[in-house]
Parts: sequence; C-alpha cells; structure tokens
Amino acid sequence: MPKSLLSKFIWLGIAVLGASAVGGIAITRGESINAIWFVVAAICTYLVGFRFYSAWICAKVLVLDETRATPAERLSNGRDFIPTNKWVVFGHHFAAISGPGPLIGPTLAMQFGYLPGTIWILVGAVLGGCVQDMIILFCSTRRDGRSLGQMARDELGPIGGWAALLGTMMIMIILIAVLGLVIVKAMAHSPWATATVLGTIPVAMLVGIYMKGIRPGRILEGTLIGIALLFACVLGGGLIDANESIRGLFQWSSEQTAWFVIIYGFSAAVLPIWLLLAPRDYLSTFLKLGVVFLLAISIVVLAPEIKMPHLTQFAENGMGPIFKGDLFPFVFITIACGAISGFHSLVSSGTTPKLLTNERDIRMIGYGSMALESFVAIMAVVAACVLEPGVFFAINSPAGVVGSTAAEAVATISSWGFPVTVEEMASLAAAMGEDTLLARTGGAPSLAVGMATIFSGTFGGSALAMWYHFAIMFEVLFILTTLDAGTRVGRFMLQDFGKHIWKPFGNVSSYPMTILASAIFVSAWGYFLWQGVKDPHGGINILWPLFGISNQLLAGIALCVATSIIIKMGKVRYAWVTGLPLAWLTFICTWAGWEKVFSSNPAVGFLSGASDMAEKLAAGALSPEVAAVAPQLIFAKRIDAVLAMLFAVILWIVIIDMLRMSFKFLNGGKVLPLSETPYTRSNPNASSVATGLH
Amino acid sequence: MNILKKLWAYIRQASGDDAYERYYAHHQLNHSKSEPMNRAEYFKYWQKNKWTGVTRCC
Repeated sequence: MPKSLLSKFIWLGIAVLGASAVGGIAITRGESINAIWFVVAAICTYLVGFRFYSAWICAKVLVLDETRATPAERLSNGRDFIPTNKWVVFGHHFAAISGPGPLIGPTLAMQFGYLPGTIWILVGAVLGGCVQDMIILFCSTRRDGRSLGQMARDELGPIGGWAALLGTMMIMIILIAVLGLVIVKAMAHSPWATATVLGTIPVAMLVGIYMKGIRPGRILEGTLIGIALLFACVLGGGLIDANESIRGLFQWSSEQTAWFVIIYGFSAAVLPIWLLLAPRDYLSTFLKLGVVFLLAISIVVLAPEIKMPHLTQFAENGMGPIFKGDLFPFVFITIACGAISGFHSLVSSGTTPKLLTNERDIRMIGYGSMALESFVAIMAVVAACVLEPGVFFAINSPAGVVGSTAAEAVATISSWGFPVTVEEMASLAAAMGEDTLLARTGGAPSLAVGMATIFSGTFGGSALAMWYHFAIMFEVLFILTTLDAGTRVGRFMLQDFGKHIWKPFGNVSSYPMTILASAIFVSAWGYFLWQGVKDPHGGINILWPLFGISNQLLAGIALCVATSIIIKMGKVRYAWVTGLPLAWLTFICTWAGWEKVFSSNPAVGFLSGASDMAEKLAAGALSPEVAAVAPQLIFAKRIDAVLAMLFAVILWIVIIDMLRMSFKFLNGGKVLPLSETPYTRSNPNASSVATGLH
Repeated sequence: MNILKKLWAYIRQASGDDAYERYYAHHQLNHSKSEPMNRAEYFKYWQKNKWTGVTRCC
C-alpha cells in the first residue's frame, strides 16, 4: 500500500475514533461512562486539529518560510536571543503557559455537569486557544520577538497599545487575588496543609542558596535535593498534624491565611530573586510536569468511571452553588484558560520567539503546547467527575449557600438529587487527614481529593491522606509561583505606568521604589483577596468570573492584533481564522460582563447584589457576622461592577480601533504599515550548530 | 544508550543545567578576546535575565 494512502487511512481512523468518543460522551444518558473516553476524545481532537487545521493555517494564512532567518538566528547573542532545539523550546513554552487556571476553572465548571465544559475545552482549544497562541508566536517571531503591547502599538496605534497594557495589568491584579483565595481555601483550618506549605519556603531558600553559593548554576542537583525535601515536608506536615500539642499552631483561620499569602507575596517580590522566587519556580515546574505526567498515566491505568451527570439542573436554572448564572455565558468564562487564555499571548510574544531556530517550529510549539495545556484541563475534568456528585458539591459549596452545619449542608445538597451523608463526608475527611472537607470552595481541595483517589487507586490504597496533601502542596506551590512571578511583572508594569506621573518611580533598580511599587501592587490584589475571604458566599463566586472575563478580554486584544496583521498581510479572506474566535469571545465577554454588572438577580449582578445587601442591612435582616462586614462588601461589589464594565469597554475600544484600521486599509487609506522585519535568508548550518541537540 | 544520552542532554538543556557550558562555548567562538564570566557570575546574570518579563501564566 502506498505510504500516502496508508497515512490517509490512519488519519481517517483517528478522526472516526475521535468522533465516536466525542459522540459517546455527548449522547450517553443514565449509564456511567469511563474516563478513558474523555482521554481518547481529547487526543483524537487535538491530533486532527494539529494535523489539518494548524497545517492549513501555517501553509495558507501565515505562509511559514523555512528559509527565513528567525530573530534567534539573526540577533543571536548568547543571552536572550539563542537558537534552541525545538523540543527544548516546547518544554520551556509549555512550562510557562501551563498554570493553575486549567486545573481550577474546569473543576468549578463541573457544577453544570461534564458535557458543556468538556465540549468547550476541546472546541475552544482547537479553534481558538491553539490558534491564538500560534499566530501571536508567528507575529512576534516576524517582529524580532516584540511583546503583545508593542505589537498593538505598532499595528493599531497608541490607543490599542495603551488598552493592551492596562488590560494586562488589571488581569494580573484579579488573577493573583483569585489564586490567593484558592490557596486560602486550601490551607485554612488544615494544620497538615499549612505546615507542609510553610515547610516549602525554607526548602526553596535552601535550594536558592545551594544554586547560588554552594554549587553555582547546578540546577538539576539543586532541584533534586529540593524535590526530596518537599516530600519530606508532606511527611513532616503529617507528623505535625498527628501531634496534638503543636497542631494548633498551624490551625489558621481564613483571615490569618490571607495575611500569610499577602506577606508572602510582598516578601517574594522584594527579596532577591535567587533566594526565593527562582528556586521555588524550579521546584514547582518539575513537580508540575511530573504530576501532569503521573495523572495522565494513572487515568489510563485506572480507567475510572465518571460519576457526574452530563448536565445538572444548574445549567438550566442558573442557581449553581459554586457560582450563580446560566450555562450561557458563564461556562465559557469559567473554563477560560483550558480553552483559550489571553495570558498565553504574553508568553508567545515574550521569551519563546527569541529562541526559535526555524519558523516551521511555530506550529509545533504554538499550537502543540496549547493542545497539551487543554489536555491538562480535560484531566482536571476527569479528576472532578470521578467523585460522587454529592461529595463534589459538599466540598465546593460555600457555607453561605448550603448552610453552615454539616447536617444542613448535606441535607441541602441531597435535596438537589445528589445524595451525600454526614458520615460519608466525615469518613472522607478522616481518610484525607483533614478535620472537614465541607465548604472548601475554590477547586483545589476537590481536585486534590480527586487526584488522591486516582493516585491511590493506581499506586496503592492506604496512603490517601499522603496523596491528598501531596496534591495540595503541588497546587499551592504551583499557585505561589504564578503569584509572585505575577507580582514581579505587575510591579514592573506599575513602575512603567507610574514614571509618566512621577519620574523617579520608574527606576526599577532603586530599592525604595521596588518596595513602594511592590507594596502598591500587593495592596491592589490584597484588597480583592481580603473581600473574597470576608464574603459569606466564598468569594470565588465573585472573583473567578471577573478573572475569566479579564482573561478572555486579553485574548480578545491578542486576536484583534492578529486579525489586523492578517488583514494587512493582504489575506482578508482568511481573517475569519482569528476573526471568528474574536467575535465569539467578544459576544461572550460582553454578555457575561453585562450580566455581572446589570443582572437584576442579586446573586449574579454586582450592582443589584450591592443594593440587595444594603437594603437587608438597613432592615436588620443580616446575621451579625455578615452585618459587620456588609458595608465593605457592598463597596467591593460596586468596585467589581466598575471593573467588569471597564474590561468590556477596553475590549470594545480595541475592537473598534481594529475595525477602523481594517476598513481604512481595505479602502486604500493610509494606515500604520506592517511592522514585519524584512526577509533575511537563513543559514541552516549556523542554527544546527547552535542548538547542540540534533 | 544513545537515547538515554540524548534524553540526559535534553533534560540538562531544558532545565538550564548546561547553560554555563553553552555560554562558554558561545563566548569562545564569538568573543574569544574578552574574558568570559565565571560560573557564579554567569548564573546570577542568567537567572536575572530569565526572570525579567512574563515567565509564568495562570
């Protein structure tokens, strides 16, 4: 059989297998479905998307040119522009884009049932997220590795540039606040988790000192020692938890944990990076790649049954306990990162384009990394859905929604048709080594229970508590990395903004200015974190949708830049490649933003929520604890409303700017020229010597 | 054996473990007249460079 025919049959087989897996997931009713089908459906979808759609985009729309020298080759300086082996770049790029978002978002979205979230993760990634990452990587590679903000300024003009910068800074603030809140929910009232996480800080410092002073630059040695010590931290946390006389020291309230996160974030931002920030990043990156790999293997080996129904009543009535609102538009806002993440465009226009050896690698690195990231989101779906739905809702529903005693909570959840008992939750908590697992909103604890169930089922059943706290440590470490890397970037951006008002503020090497800018930035996210901690409905219900909207807004800005570049390249007939995802995101973002601000349902709309609380406060209808914080919660809701509105306005400003520019260009008017760097022929020998790995 | 060697080379390069050797080779090849940084100096420089800009996402 000729090779081309064989390959056609193989691809036909993959397409048929993928279609039947997706179909199986979509039409199964009543009987349980195996997690393997999710894995098969996902892998086949990514393979088909990669093989056909990405290849078509690269050939027809972007017209990648293997003979064109990349910035890494032309500007090679051994510092930031370094021609690097494509698999190494793939590893760097994936490690940079994969954050906690695709683990948490899909977990929260499972309140609608598994079907809507799964479909959006697959469709959104293949047609939206992967395309965005790849095209922005292409645009930046053709422009000497310039950042998204610079490209927006060069291609759209100053309005687009400023909007991109402002949007990025606001998304950082909300992102860090919500991630901080997830940590708080995972650590508060859990001595084992708190002790373990506290232990990781000196471990990171030790690794930092080792790599700087004892064995300079020996990253693998330092990291291996650190990973071993991290396991010791999990064990040590268990010992502390078992010791009645000292466990009380680590039994922190939500408020205390929030202060810990805030002080930690500030310290990490002002300490030298080699001491805490960088070494903890090595550890969390290794741990992350290891856990993702282990989880994939475990799901395949264990092949667990999915227990969540395909759709829950919350998809229709919008009264979900984790966050309120209908399936449309909120499932898209909640999944965010696993399908399309605007944040990725900052990495695609950051380090990665400066390392590419050849333009043809853009497809593998841009499209392929995002497909893998989306697969991580599918694994989070599986980990959430292998739990009994009653257990899933008991862990994730805030006390303010289902009742503050265990009996009340399980009665409410069982009344929804998801049976669960007080004994079941108590024995689960005991097995996981926790005092309680009720009302641990935020996604991290339920993901950890799911992961512990999968891991202990695959590798041995007796160590549930150990696996649970290992998973919690992994999640927290991972989130802290984003938290302080984000604080650092945010601080630089703030200084960049601030220098226009007060020049000395922009001096990034001045220590007093570093402290001042870090304090301002940490206060900004700390404020939202604190409101979240105080919120009787858990805070996640407010912050996560806000984060989702801001992240999709950034994706919208990136897609605007990409669309305008495609149009200026003379390919207006292909502008739908980025134009359609852009139109969809704009529609969803505007709709969700509108609902969050103006919905008359006080559980959804910020403004009606604030008025409703104000009325209840005036009428004396609030419980004393809630009444005490009500004024600040009312104020915070109004700030949230302003923010959500601002996000939508920024997005629309950029879109109108992009449309104005495009129409002018298509009518032969004068617009900013395409800022692409002129063609230089690549010298194939130079690049293969440079990367070292052949 | 060859595969293991390649894998090891990959892990070292992806983690940055061999960054100094690569810098040294680059330096010898292109700027052999000036004095190269030593391991500790280079590591400090490399780390700072790596940690400027957006390196981690959500």
